[in-house]
Amino acid sequence: MVAITLEDAMKELENLVKRMESGEPTLDESIALFQRGVELSKLCAAKLDEVEKRIVQLVETKDGNLAEEPFAQKES
Amino acid sequence: MNAPWSVSELNRYVKGLLEADERLTPVLVKGEISGFKSYPSGHLYFTLKDEESSISCVMFKSSAQKLLFKVTDGLRVVLTARASLYDRDGKFQLYVNDIGVEGLGDLYLAFEQLKRKLSEEGLFDDSRKKRLPLLPGAVGVATSPSGAVIRDIIQVLGRRFPNFTLKLIPVAVQGAGAAAEIADAVRTFNARGDVDVIIIGRGGGSMEDLWAFNDEALARAVAASRIPVVSAVGHETDFTICDYVADLRAPTPSAAAELVMPRREDLELSVLDLRHRLAKGLDRRLEVSRMRLSKSFASSVFQRPLDGLERKRMRLDQSTRALAAALSKRSAMDRSRCMALAGKLDALSPLKVLSRGYGLVSDPRTGRPVTSTAFVRPKDRIDVFLNDGVLDCEVQAVRDR
Repeated sequence: MVAITLEDAMKELENLVKRMESGEPTLDESIALFQRGVELSKLCAAKLDEVEKRIVQLVETKDGNLAEEPFAQKES
Repeated sequence: MNAPWSVSELNRYVKGLLEADERLTPVLVKGEISGFKSYPSGHLYFTLKDEESSISCVMFKSSAQKLLFKVTDGLRVVLTARASLYDRDGKFQLYVNDIGVEGLGDLYLAFEQLKRKLSEEGLFDDSRKKRLPLLPGAVGVATSPSGAVIRDIIQVLGRRFPNFTLKLIPVAVQGAGAAAEIADAVRTFNARGDVDVIIIGRGGGSMEDLWAFNDEALARAVAASRIPVVSAVGHETDFTICDYVADLRAPTPSAAAELVMPRREDLELSVLDLRHRLAKGLDRRLEVSRMRLSKSFASSVFQRPLDGLERKRMRLDQSTRALAAALSKRSAMDRSRCMALAGKLDALSPLKVLSRGYGLVSDPRTGRPVTSTAFVRPKDRIDVFLNDGVLDCEVQAVRDR
C-alpha cells in the first residue's frame, strides 16, 4: 500500500497539470511532467479500489477487549 | 396569665403552625434571586426578593444537584419550596426543592449557559475545526444499532462509494447514560485510530430527547478528538452543543454520510479530466516546438544553404581578379623598365661597338685583350675579333702613334 493519500496525489497531479498548461516548462521538463502525471493518475485510480467493502460493529469481548463483528441490522 | 414561653418553645410552635398549613407546603413563590452563595457542602443560600420585600432561602445539596443550570443573582425564578421557621434562630425562610426560570424552560437556560461557557473557552472556534479527508479509509459511527439512522447512513455511503468501510460502536442516544456512552465511543475511536472520520448522531426529537448531545463531558470529548467529528442530530432548526463543537454539522445522519463520502464517479471523472489536460498540455508543447523547427527550416539558411557559399565564392573570384589585375599592372610596368634598361645595355655592349668596324685584339695564348703596343713584337701571333668572326694574324711591324 502506498503511503501517499488520494487527496495528496490528486493535489500533486493538479499542480503538475497547471504547470504544464502555463507554457513555461522546456520540452524536456514537459516530458518529465507528463511521465510523473501518468504515474500519479494511475495511482489515483488504484487508490479508489483500495478500500474494502466492510461494515462491522465493535463489541466487547469477555476479556474486556474490543472485537470487530460483521454488523447485522436489527430493526427497532 | 399564661406561663411565659421559652424561646425554643415559641419557635417550635410557630414552625409547627407553618408546616401544618397546606398552603405553605409546598408553596410556589416568584421573585428575583440576590445574594447568592454556594458552599462546598453543596447547599445553596440566597435571598428571594420583589420590589418591597425579601425572604431568605436555602436549597440543600440533595435538591440543588438536580438543577440543570447555574443559579445566579438577577435570575427571575419561580421557587417550589416549603415555608418554615428555622427553630434555632427563629428565622423565617423558604426551604427550596426546585427552581424554575420564569418564562424559559430550565433546559434552555442550561443550554444557553453551557454554550456561553464553552464558547468563551474557544471550543467553538473555526480555527479548531479539522478538515475532513477527501476519501476516508474507514468511517466510524456512534449511534443506535437499530433504527433508521444507521440504516440510512449505510445506504447513503453505499450509493456514493460502493467499496467503503464502516465501524459502528452501538450507543444509547437518549436517557441518563447516553452522553457518557457516546463520549466513550469517541475516545475509543481515537485510541484505536482505525477510522478517518467519526459520525455521532440520532434522529429528530424533542429538546429532552436530544439532551444527551448538550452534555458538557460529551462536548469536551468531541473537542479533544484528533479524528474529525461530524455531529448529526436530526434537528432541522435548533443546534445542540455537539453541533457547535464538532468539526462539521449535518442536519441529518443521511446528510452526514454525504458530507464524509465523495461519489466514486466524481473522483473518477476528476482523474480522467486531469489525464486529458495532461496529454493536451504535452501535445501543445510539442506543437510549439514543431512550429519553431519548421520556421527555422523555412529560412534561407536551410532552403538554399549554398547561397552563402556562392556569395563567398563570388567574392573570392572578385578578389582573385583584382589581385591578378594588380599584379599584371605592376609587371607591365616592370617589363617596360626592363626593356628600356636592356636597350641601354645593348647600346653599350662591346659587340655593338664591334659592328661599327672596330676589332678586339687578344693574345691567343692567354685569351686576354691586348691593350698596348708594348706587349707586342714583330712575328707575334694575335687574334683579332670582329663582329662576325676572328682573324688569326702575325705582326709585321710595330709602330707607335
